[in-house]
Amino acid sequence: MDLYEYQGRDLFERHGLPVLAGGVATTPEEARAIAERLGGRVVVKAQVKVGGRGKAGGVKLAEGPNEAVARATDILGMDIKGHTVHKVMITVTADVAEEYYFSYLLDRANRTFLCIASVAGGMDIEQVAAETPDKVVKAPIDAVKGVDEAKAREIVTAAGFPAEVADQVVEIAVGLWQAFVAEDATLVEVNPLAKNGDGRMLLLDAKISLDENAAFRHPDHEALVDQAAVDPLEQAAKAKDLNYVKLDGEVGIIGNGAGLVMSTLDVVAYAGERHGNVKPANFLDIGGGASAAVMANGLEIVLSDPAVKSVFVNVFGGITACDEVANGIIQALALLEQRGEQVTKPLVVRLDGNNAEAGRAILDSANNPLVQRVDTMDGAAERAAELAAAGV
Amino acid sequence: MAIWLTKDSKVIVQGMTGSEGSKHTRRMLAAGTNVVGGVNPRKAGQTVDFDGTELPVFASVADAMAETGADVTVIFVPPQFTKAAVVEAIDAAIGLAVVITEGVPVHDTASFWAYNVAQGERTRIIGPNCPGIASPGASNAGIIPADITGSGRIGLVSKSGTLTYQMMYELRDIGFSTCVGIGGDPIIGTTHIDALAAFEADPETDAIVMIGEIGGDAEERAAEFIKTNVTKPVVGYIAGFTAPPGKTMGHAGAIISGSAGTAEAKQAALEAVGVKVGKTPTETAKLMREIMSGS
Repeated sequence: MDLYEYQGRDLFERHGLPVLAGGVATTPEEARAIAERLGGRVVVKAQVKVGGRGKAGGVKLAEGPNEAVARATDILGMDIKGHTVHKVMITVTADVAEEYYFSYLLDRANRTFLCIASVAGGMDIEQVAAETPDKVVKAPIDAVKGVDEAKAREIVTAAGFPAEVADQVVEIAVGLWQAFVAEDATLVEVNPLAKNGDGRMLLLDAKISLDENAAFRHPDHEALVDQAAVDPLEQAAKAKDLNYVKLDGEVGIIGNGAGLVMSTLDVVAYAGERHGNVKPANFLDIGGGASAAVMANGLEIVLSDPAVKSVFVNVFGGITACDEVANGIIQALALLEQRGEQVTKPLVVRLDGNNAEAGRAILDSANNPLVQRVDTMDGAAERAAELAAAGV
Repeated sequence: MAIWLTKDSKVIVQGMTGSEGSKHTRRMLAAGTNVVGGVNPRKAGQTVDFDGTELPVFASVADAMAETGADVTVIFVPPQFTKAAVVEAIDAAIGLAVVITEGVPVHDTASFWAYNVAQGERTRIIGPNCPGIASPGASNAGIIPADITGSGRIGLVSKSGTLTYQMMYELRDIGFSTCVGIGGDPIIGTTHIDALAAFEADPETDAIVMIGEIGGDAEERAAEFIKTNVTKPVVGYIAGFTAPPGKTMGHAGAIISGSAGTAEAKQAALEAVGVKVGKTPTETAKLMREIMSGS
């Protein structure tokens, strides 16, 4: 889960890291209250999870509460690269003398964490690394030993932070690591880490990703989810414990296993190239079990997407036998009927693997006019794309 | 002889008395796996009956190893307890730990991996979030269905469970030496490269299928490895060409970050070193079939 900047600022503040005083507003009047509390000149910043907001006019200075209201009015509702601004962060201003860069992130390749630090901050770090690689330090962090003062000093020295800020950066590096671990983050990026005119270091921006697998030890993280920005179908699916991602095509996809479903999306997209360029409408993994109830929930979500014109149910019977899956599909359709759902979209079902013959026989004898059986993945994808193209 | 798991492997189950653990212990026994016991400190000294096979429960992995000579553990404990279970296995210096559990926090995985490295990597860790490892006809450690295919001379390494089953099924008439599901998490104990190296060295494996998916650069690094270290033919398959950036596709590690981790880049890297990459799982199986039939 990626956080908004204001959520990152709050998180840093909770962990005792130096940030600018501020708050978040969803209305101009809330912006006024925050500006009044802060006093003096403030910055009003659009809260969007996309870069380039400054250039788009999403960051403005305001002299006092009245101007803060005017700037918040301008920015709220603004569209930045397809993201509507629903919140603005108001902070006091900084008197930035120097800009540095500091981050901790997951290093998948080395199965550990990485610290990236640079005295060339305020810019895109990948660009800095490409143009002046000697200005970027990448230090692997041992996940057990972590970052203590000695490790932090090693990084700060290697990155060439000036002597007058070194002690402060060491302290921040240790504190940031502790926050990274305590919050189960997979990324904390501070760009810029700034030296203020008075010599104090400040974390001026926050890019943070949290590990959703660690939710069980962070009940507070749930509140960080921006429900308004979540697709309603994804929200409904989540409420039913389904692993669903909304996409923008016409062929609804249900399968078991993440890899198989990803593969199904690809195969449908290839077939779509021959059939009106239809595309997969969603990712939905109903897992290894694929019981009737789960199948019904999945079908209900996929069929409630108005963009869906046909559905491809692609199940490989591994642990689950295909006859159980076939029964699940038939029961799911009956269940939906009982729930008062009108199912009118065609379903293409491919069953293969464990007890495939028995499963296919069950589908055949059910003789549901909406259910078409195709026994290969490629063939079934072709048929589902064809039906979607005909239904568009 | 297959890789890492043979008919001589003695398997214990951490979490054997839980619902998933007991279900799959029963399945492993039915597949002919030599399961010799389970671990649960609260039930130590008891035995559990699996359709007539009485399996002892031990207080710790170390105890189980001392009593039974176990050299493989399969871990089914919930995510909250997975790190402690793996650390216990590492401390006992067991040869192979297969971590089935899905949903393990990545800090926990990074932590037990670093611990394993610090102990000298005495334990091979497969997973987490994986279906396990199967050497058809010999032994099965995890949740891979045992009846899909018999033994043969293809090696398979895959990030995905169901795509593993699909590929085993497509090539079931040829058969497999060993199938390794390495898991779809961002940090995993055994990588494509580890499996490729083992298959290259295995006299019972003639060719290798490698299944990858979006996210990270494990497939690109595997391609580099193949270039200089693998002489046996390799065919590849990559899932996720149509996945949008920034969205996690089921597996915690299956996410395109910015321009990194795309299926196109992985395919290009593999093809650049001579690996034939199938467009669909079926086409990939066909490529392997051509290799095995010598055409």
